Amino acid sequence: MKKAKLAGLAAGISFMALGSAQAVEIEYWQYVFDTRVQAMDQLIANFEAANPDITVKHVTFPYADYQTRVVAAKVAGQGPDVVQLFYGWLDNFVAGQLIQPLDPAVFPHEEIESEFFPIVSAMKRGEDYYGLPTAVRSLALFYNKALFEEAGLDPDNPPQTLDELLAAAEATVKRDGAGNITSVGIAMGMAAQDHHWWREGLIRQFGGQPYSDDGRTVTYNDEAGIAATTWQADLYRTHIVTQIAFMDEPQAAFRAGMAAMSIDGTFRLGAFDSIESFEWGVTELPANDEGMRSNYASYFANAIGAGASGEELAAAEKFLAYVSSPEAMEIWLAVVGELPARQEVALTEENLADPIYGPFLKGLEYAHTTQFVDEAAQRQVAIDMEARMSIQGQEPAAALAEAAAQEQAILDAFYSR
Amino acid sequence: MSSVTGTGPAVEARLWDRFTIRQKRVMWAWAFLAVPIVFYVGIRFYPTFQAFWLSFTNWDLLRPAQFIGIANYQRMFADPQFWQVFRNTFAYLIIGAPVSLVISFVVAYYLDRVRFMHGFIRALYFLPFLTTAAAMAWVWRWFYQPVPIGMINGLLANFGLPSQPFLRSTEQALPAIMVTAIWAGLGFQIIIFIAGLRAIPSTFYEAARIDGLGDWAILRKITLPLLKPTTVFLVVFSSIGFLRIFDQVYNMTTNDPGGPLNSTKPLVLMIYQTAFSSYQMGYAAAQTVVLFTILLVVSLMQLWVLREQK
Repeated sequence: MKKAKLAGLAAGISFMALGSAQAVEIEYWQYVFDTRVQAMDQLIANFEAANPDITVKHVTFPYADYQTRVVAAKVAGQGPDVVQLFYGWLDNFVAGQLIQPLDPAVFPHEEIESEFFPIVSAMKRGEDYYGLPTAVRSLALFYNKALFEEAGLDPDNPPQTLDELLAAAEATVKRDGAGNITSVGIAMGMAAQDHHWWREGLIRQFGGQPYSDDGRTVTYNDEAGIAATTWQADLYRTHIVTQIAFMDEPQAAFRAGMAAMSIDGTFRLGAFDSIESFEWGVTELPANDEGMRSNYASYFANAIGAGASGEELAAAEKFLAYVSSPEAMEIWLAVVGELPARQEVALTEENLADPIYGPFLKGLEYAHTTQFVDEAAQRQVAIDMEARMSIQGQEPAAALAEAAAQEQAILDAFYSR
Repeated sequence: MSSVTGTGPAVEARLWDRFTIRQKRVMWAWAFLAVPIVFYVGIRFYPTFQAFWLSFTNWDLLRPAQFIGIANYQRMFADPQFWQVFRNTFAYLIIGAPVSLVISFVVAYYLDRVRFMHGFIRALYFLPFLTTAAAMAWVWRWFYQPVPIGMINGLLANFGLPSQPFLRSTEQALPAIMVTAIWAGLGFQIIIFIAGLRAIPSTFYEAARIDGLGDWAILRKITLPLLKPTTVFLVVFSSIGFLRIFDQVYNMTTNDPGGPLNSTKPLVLMIYQTAFSSYQMGYAAAQTVVLFTILLVVSLMQLWVLREQK
């Protein structure tokens, strides 16, 4: 015990000596997710090899605590130099002065706008960019090839339109003698990814727009919104090809082979990779009658902490430039499976032809990002809307109107501060 | 210190010698007591008072707190969700506490008379109390699933009964969660009751039997009155437990915490969400003050009521 302490002390002292001799150490913060941590360790090793005068300390926290830790560190004056954040947290991070705008001399705006996917604009406030993503994620339709075959559908020809999706769900759903669903046609739940599909996918495909351009007004409570909401809800209301919370979560049902289809994101690839009992495929989110598709994309970006200045700021900028470089993105794709945020790295022929990455990448071309002010609360609005329709039998139009009022109240409360 | 004044220790020693033994003892006692007192003041009482102050601000962790008067309280009392949560919290208390106490007393009363495998049966009852609430809640979550996964619905189907939505229903979800909370706390209450029963001198029972009292009369006249201290403790303890219920609810409804439609959400979960998912610390502090007040009033009321019956 004593020995260990001494050894630790010695290590600490030598570490400090190392730091003072070799100029600068910066801290990088992200949340714990196995493959993300591995990928970042690899990037840090590469970066340190190329920049021997900089050391990067990799600090991670459990996801549930992550934001609280960042805030607490800021209060204590111990913030990170480079920090990872979800794009939807940006307003809070900027308002709380946790991060600083990127210097346009180091990260020229024209370069960002021409090289990254357009969704990077969600990191811009006023004239400033506040962060850059390494990887982005989008949605696609996962389908179980075994269940497709069993139902007499072509496993290499998954549904491409909303009508075909409904037909496939009707063909694959299984019921017992009492009429209880034993395997769903499509696994659904607003608590999972369906609220994104609804907001940025279906509402736009039915001719609507979820929010005003400045993101401050809810605009989905119109004819188009009602049509989109009704179409989605009818999957469990009238067609009964699914059941909300079947097996608790859509991904659980799909993994267990009890869902023929499920809409999910790139981040699920890791979990589904280990499925051995059946083969599965991925296809783009279905198009509407006119062939229009729409997707939702999101990302974690890296930003520079408000506390970084002088040498540390320069080192942090170098590090941020490296983790947003094409090389870093390729490593991230290989290790984590998330799509590169730069178009030239992502849209290679090899990636586009990939049966798994291809559909997600195509989705990025027509994807939107929602400007959340309180993601959990806004998702809850969608969950409650679904519960009122699925449990209490409320009509979609009324459910949607109530949801719109609730969500507007959340937006108003945020922007009035 | 000593380098400043060479006579320091000598002066101190003389000062110390001037106290009587009694005074010295008191001083020593306080010196030792000071440690836990400072600790408690620092980590318990100071934050409690801080919470009262916070409840009058709009602190969101990020921006400096501004004093906004009673706006948080006005908002809370005008919020239908708060009143729903308030009703839920009292539903957990008013149904959960008495039911769990009655069941645990009945079990303890009869278990006390069982000799055959007594220890084993007692261990079975105590086991759930040792299990992590999160693990237990997840198992129950699967029990409550619809067919083909859910065991309970599977049983219902075997008897030809219609399947029940349980956690997917605004009416059944709260009782469904309460059952698990009662079951989880039962073991502890049974053990305490048995200990209380054992503490009653058997001479009282022998005397009563000689006087020809029946079982029912013995229970009413001897067992229950002498068990009072145990009962008071358990009533207060389990009431506070039900008022602060959180882990059962949170873990059984993780996808829609406190749902569906807030039908299972207790006050503590609302505070948690307001504070750590919406970061409205001021508003959360106001809710905490309400919870604190409820706990205080309910505990004092119970102590007072149970003391009056003496």
